[in-house]
Amino acid sequence: MTERAASSNGNRGRDNPKRDRLVSLRPMAPIVPPVNVSGHALMVVIAIMSFLCALTLGTVTMVQEKAEAWQGDVSREITIQIKPDDGLDMEAALTEVRNVALSFPGTLSADIVDRAATARLLEPWLGEGFDMDELPVPRLVIVTIDETAPPDFAAIRQKLSDAVPAAVLDDHRAWANRLISMARITVLIGVGILALMFATTMLTVIFATRGVMAGNRHIVEVLHFVGAETSFIGAEFQKRFLLIGLKGAAAGGGIAALGFLLLGAWQSNSMATALNDQVTALFGRFTLSGAGYFGIIGIVILISAMTAVTTRLTVIRTIREIDRQRADPSLAEIG
Amino acid sequence: MIHFENVGLRYGMGPEVLRDLTFDIPKGSFQFLTGPSGAGKTTLMRLLFMSLKPTRGLIRMFGRDIAVIPGEELPLLRRRIGIVFQDFRLLDHMTTYENVALPLRVRGKEEATYRSDVIELLKWVGLGERINVLPPVLSGGEKQRVAIARALIDQPEVLLADEPTGNVDPPMARRLLNLFTELNRLGTAVVIATHDLTLMDRVDARRMILTEGRLDIHD
Repeated sequence: MTERAASSNGNRGRDNPKRDRLVSLRPMAPIVPPVNVSGHALMVVIAIMSFLCALTLGTVTMVQEKAEAWQGDVSREITIQIKPDDGLDMEAALTEVRNVALSFPGTLSADIVDRAATARLLEPWLGEGFDMDELPVPRLVIVTIDETAPPDFAAIRQKLSDAVPAAVLDDHRAWANRLISMARITVLIGVGILALMFATTMLTVIFATRGVMAGNRHIVEVLHFVGAETSFIGAEFQKRFLLIGLKGAAAGGGIAALGFLLLGAWQSNSMATALNDQVTALFGRFTLSGAGYFGIIGIVILISAMTAVTTRLTVIRTIREIDRQRADPSLAEIG
Repeated sequence: MIHFENVGLRYGMGPEVLRDLTFDIPKGSFQFLTGPSGAGKTTLMRLLFMSLKPTRGLIRMFGRDIAVIPGEELPLLRRRIGIVFQDFRLLDHMTTYENVALPLRVRGKEEATYRSDVIELLKWVGLGERINVLPPVLSGGEKQRVAIARALIDQPEVLLADEPTGNVDPPMARRLLNLFTELNRLGTAVVIATHDLTLMDRVDARRMILTEGRLDIHD
């Protein structure tokens, strides 16, 4: 008791420094306990949702980039087809057509699809080793145009009909427009799925965080009653849950990004194998651009931030509930 | 310091559990709050701790009408009050030392400034050997002493203790009572809610007796 009395005079503990030094203490525990079972469960939920979200984002990004590439390819090229005809010197006609095409401004190059390449094109239908001379096989000239300043297609058509009547110009506009529409719809659907996935992720993260926070209500109450201000309690919980969110989201997003990297590497390293061809034919290439990876990083940051903000708001709501009970005794437990 | 005037409280549409309470808790005073179970002792303690608002009447804490104090100011006002809850409310992930240091920690104080104070207080309440122990390992009496130490650590102006000797043996109850009287001698007003007549007989202090929501004061 005398020690206590002495302490009131401001000497508490200072008169016995040796004795205090003998007491060994562990490093101060954090105010909000380290991750427990429910915290681990939240981390797993966040990781799974981040993974799915990153996967969706990556896929949508790939589809969008693929659609843009299709549009670019289609609008960059036109083809001129020469149908075989009696008395037509095909090789001379091909050269003539190429020269006509190149004579127009806006034409960058014109390449004749040679006999071997034409045979390869027909191989799936006619098999190997067929004799092209025995069949009326049309031949092609592929013309690359300047997308920004395309040539006058009507003028080319007119000149071709004069020079080589058997030549037909296909500017791909009709099906290019269809393809562009299809690609836009595909991207739109993808963005819709991404939005739904994102909303689901956010709601799941919010409810999972609230669930875990419900188990920490007693800590909020104790801190509130020992004089901690709302901002202090909010910051303490936010710190802890930001870490949980960051770990979970980084794990989920990281696994998704790694998945894209590995699939892309596998596709690159196993070119021309039957399996790769099938996978590529079905799903296209799994190469994700820098924008896709930045998007995944964005998801990780957003989900972590959402977890932290939800935590802070839940703390504020819990304290408001405590104060509401204070104002309305019927909400409080009878004591 | 604390003033109650015609205070009444009811839960929802039920009958008034506290009726027409008018009293003062002067600075440096010592009082027991007693009465049969269900008389409203814990409710009155909660009113004193500002975790409940009365349904009628006036309560002034440290000169301020609690009906008009904004929510964000309550923590600052509660810092002037030490409370020992009947159910202790210790944080299980923190050691005895950390639980006792918690009020200082939430006030933003550096550990180096309070470390020796906390250790000394723990020794004073007989927990010098249990400094690094977590609450689940402590006995009921030990938990109670941790809760008391936590309430005392920042030398509050008022100490509210709800059944502080309910879980300890008579020698420890006497020791804790000595602790409260010593604290009171140093200027802290003390309100102890208890059923323990033996304990009350040991100190010549004001008795506030709650019966069916009404208060009789015996100075």
